[in-house]
Amino acid sequence: MIKKVHILFIFVATIFVSCSSSTSEEEEEIVVDNFDRGAMLTNIADNIIIPAYTDFSTKMTALKSAGETFTETPNQTNLENLRSSWLVAYKTWQYLEVFNFGKAEEIQYSFYMNVYPLTVLDVETNISNGSYDLTSVNNQDAQGFPAIDYLLYGVADSDVTIIEKYTTDENSEGYKNYLTDVLNQMTTLTEQVFIDWSSYRNEFVSSTSNTATSAVNILVNDYVYYYEKGLRANKFGIPAGVFSSTALPEKVEAYYSRIYSKELALEALVAVEALFKGNHYNSSTAGVGFDDYLIDIEREDISTSIINQIEVARTQINTLNSDFYEQINTNDIAILKAYDELQKVVVLLKVDMLQAFNISVDYVDADGD
Amino acid sequence: MKFLKYNFKEQTNAAPLAVFRLFFGLMMFASIVRFWANGWIEKLYLEPKMFFSYYGFSWIKPIGNYTYLLFVICGLSALFIAVGYKYRLAIITFFLSFTYIELMDKTTYLNHYYFITIISFVLIFLPANATFSIDNLFKKKKYINIPKWTIDIIKILLGIVYFYAGLAKLNSDWLFRAMPLKIWLPSKYDLPLIGNNFMQQEWFHFAMSWSGMLYDLSIPFLLLYKRTRIFAFVLVVIFHVFTRVLFPIGMFPFIMIVSTLIFFDAKFHQKIIDFIKNFLSKLSFRAQSRNLKLINNYNFSTNKRKLFIPFLSLFLIIQLVLPFRYLLYPGELFWTEEGYRFSWRVMLMEKAGMTNFKVVDTKTGRFFMVDNKDFLTTFQEKQMSFQPDFILEYAHFLGDHFKSQGHKNIAIFAESYVALNGRLSTRYIDSKVDLYQQKESFKHKDWIIPFSSNIKITGL
Repeated sequence: MIKKVHILFIFVATIFVSCSSSTSEEEEEIVVDNFDRGAMLTNIADNIIIPAYTDFSTKMTALKSAGETFTETPNQTNLENLRSSWLVAYKTWQYLEVFNFGKAEEIQYSFYMNVYPLTVLDVETNISNGSYDLTSVNNQDAQGFPAIDYLLYGVADSDVTIIEKYTTDENSEGYKNYLTDVLNQMTTLTEQVFIDWSSYRNEFVSSTSNTATSAVNILVNDYVYYYEKGLRANKFGIPAGVFSSTALPEKVEAYYSRIYSKELALEALVAVEALFKGNHYNSSTAGVGFDDYLIDIEREDISTSIINQIEVARTQINTLNSDFYEQINTNDIAILKAYDELQKVVVLLKVDMLQAFNISVDYVDADGD
Repeated sequence: MKFLKYNFKEQTNAAPLAVFRLFFGLMMFASIVRFWANGWIEKLYLEPKMFFSYYGFSWIKPIGNYTYLLFVICGLSALFIAVGYKYRLAIITFFLSFTYIELMDKTTYLNHYYFITIISFVLIFLPANATFSIDNLFKKKKYINIPKWTIDIIKILLGIVYFYAGLAKLNSDWLFRAMPLKIWLPSKYDLPLIGNNFMQQEWFHFAMSWSGMLYDLSIPFLLLYKRTRIFAFVLVVIFHVFTRVLFPIGMFPFIMIVSTLIFFDAKFHQKIIDFIKNFLSKLSFRAQSRNLKLINNYNFSTNKRKLFIPFLSLFLIIQLVLPFRYLLYPGELFWTEEGYRFSWRVMLMEKAGMTNFKVVDTKTGRFFMVDNKDFLTTFQEKQMSFQPDFILEYAHFLGDHFKSQGHKNIAIFAESYVALNGRLSTRYIDSKVDLYQQKESFKHKDWIIPFSSNIKITGL
């Protein structure tokens, strides 16, 4: 009996020690099981994220040089060229906003690129003061694509008077400088994130464990968050008045140009769906994505439901006016309906998909039982 | 019939209960320290803007920065319990402060916290300081024996936890779909050694489900029976360590492992006491045990006996019956959760939901959706989203809040979707019912949309 007691003691003690230390291990190994998460991350990095950044970086350079041409010679042709470069870049941006991790998260990239509604007062104050710090958090709502939108479409009523802001206006230098500075800031930040991906890529594709900080979990969490906030709420819900007592149509994306809100929203939906399917950037070639992950864990039903529901939402969005501002003012029921269809995808992503992946979430760290 | 004749006067060695007291106190102290060190006091009890109350206990709320004091009191009383100093006062203080903490917000409800509340309540009535306590030194006497029922009642409570956890596993999802282990285990693919192989195998999920069920149902009996006791204890350790590695369950495995030691006989516990005494005397803590008057039997006064024994018997009966209260409700228990808590349904289902609220002005028809993040922490939002009593309480909170902001003719509707054990999510709450007009009660909530999945759960 005494011997047994001693053995028991040692046994328990060992267990306690090994048990308490097992939780503090933080080494990350490359993990391969039935489903190859590394392959999914590799596909998403090499065939989606990096090509999208490459493309975006080129388009930003083009946008910047179109900006230089315009500020050197502000005329109708150069204004139109700049506007179309802006739209092309803005549409490509819809593929990148979701990737808010790594360098992008560190420098709050998307907050300097696409915070809307724009605070016009801040923009005008900055321009008339002539001194401003675009790296300041306070100026996040006074730059990026929404600021360009304002500078190219919103500073005056007609193209003629807009061009006058850059030519005969008493502070035309101020407007030109601000346009240049905003474009420079966007290009600089984009280069930072883009260049960082060449070194971050390997870290990203090998971070496959199920911890709150692993790439798989961050990617999935960011994806769901972007869909819910960046796409559903910002582009539809908030302007349509879902979260307020009255509709707030002036909060649509690309408010000053008016006619692009739908085009940008549809582009974002294409991006979201392509990422879900693992489709290569700007191509219909399918790679390993979230859908394959779901199929692998025998939840094809979720994958099918998501893809079908995205299609239902798209059909509803297609019925809308290309100008959401106009749509909300004339018939907000139609855009609320589009919101409802988009919302059903949130349920599938957030409840069903996250549950199936059983992702370790970063926010709840209390005990379970 | 002999089985039913229980001798309440039978005496047994006091050591097992004393050791139980010591370990229980130490474990509780460690739990409180850990809770504090993790920053959970602030995160769970100071940061939230609202707290979810148990029905009838809405008057119990965190008390601002004094909440820290509450934890200090709770932690200190746990230490006093461990050393057996002013034992009765310490255990009453512990029970009250711990229970108060648990009642502050039901978001943090855990079966093992409930277990601690119950054990500490029963310990109030037991002579756990009869031996090996500082109280002995002050009262200059110690007891060799105590009534056997005072140890048996702890064994029964432990047995209930396991056995009822086992009963709860007798349902079709657990046994025939290996749910929720089939969801949980594969996600542990990053565990060393077993992550990539066993955890991914379906047969392994079934093996774990069935062995977990058999373990829970049989372990109380294996622990009771002397010849299987050591084997049973080894099982207890393996089982709890395994769950500790797999799931974030904090101190619970350790508490259960230590608690089950009470099934061992007095000799074993005397060894532990001797070992600790030896250790203390080496540190030149020389207890004045020579001056202690040794008393053979600890006896409750007749009045106490007449009061305690029927009272605790009634308490035990309630413990046995309470988990079956779900039978009084219609519908699927896992779905409605009416009668789910306080019943040892531990790690039994994977349930997640998403619930958003629509605030409507009934006169104008205008409405807006609430951003839950404005009022709830992510943890609270997660818990609220799939539990009807949370949903109702939050709906009332929102109604009152917007009323105080000047909104009129308020009606609150829920857009709620829940997924359970690997089924597709479905609508959970009737979106046409104004929750602001619904009252909380023990009655069935008929605004929960009945469980509509084509894969039904059947169980005991």
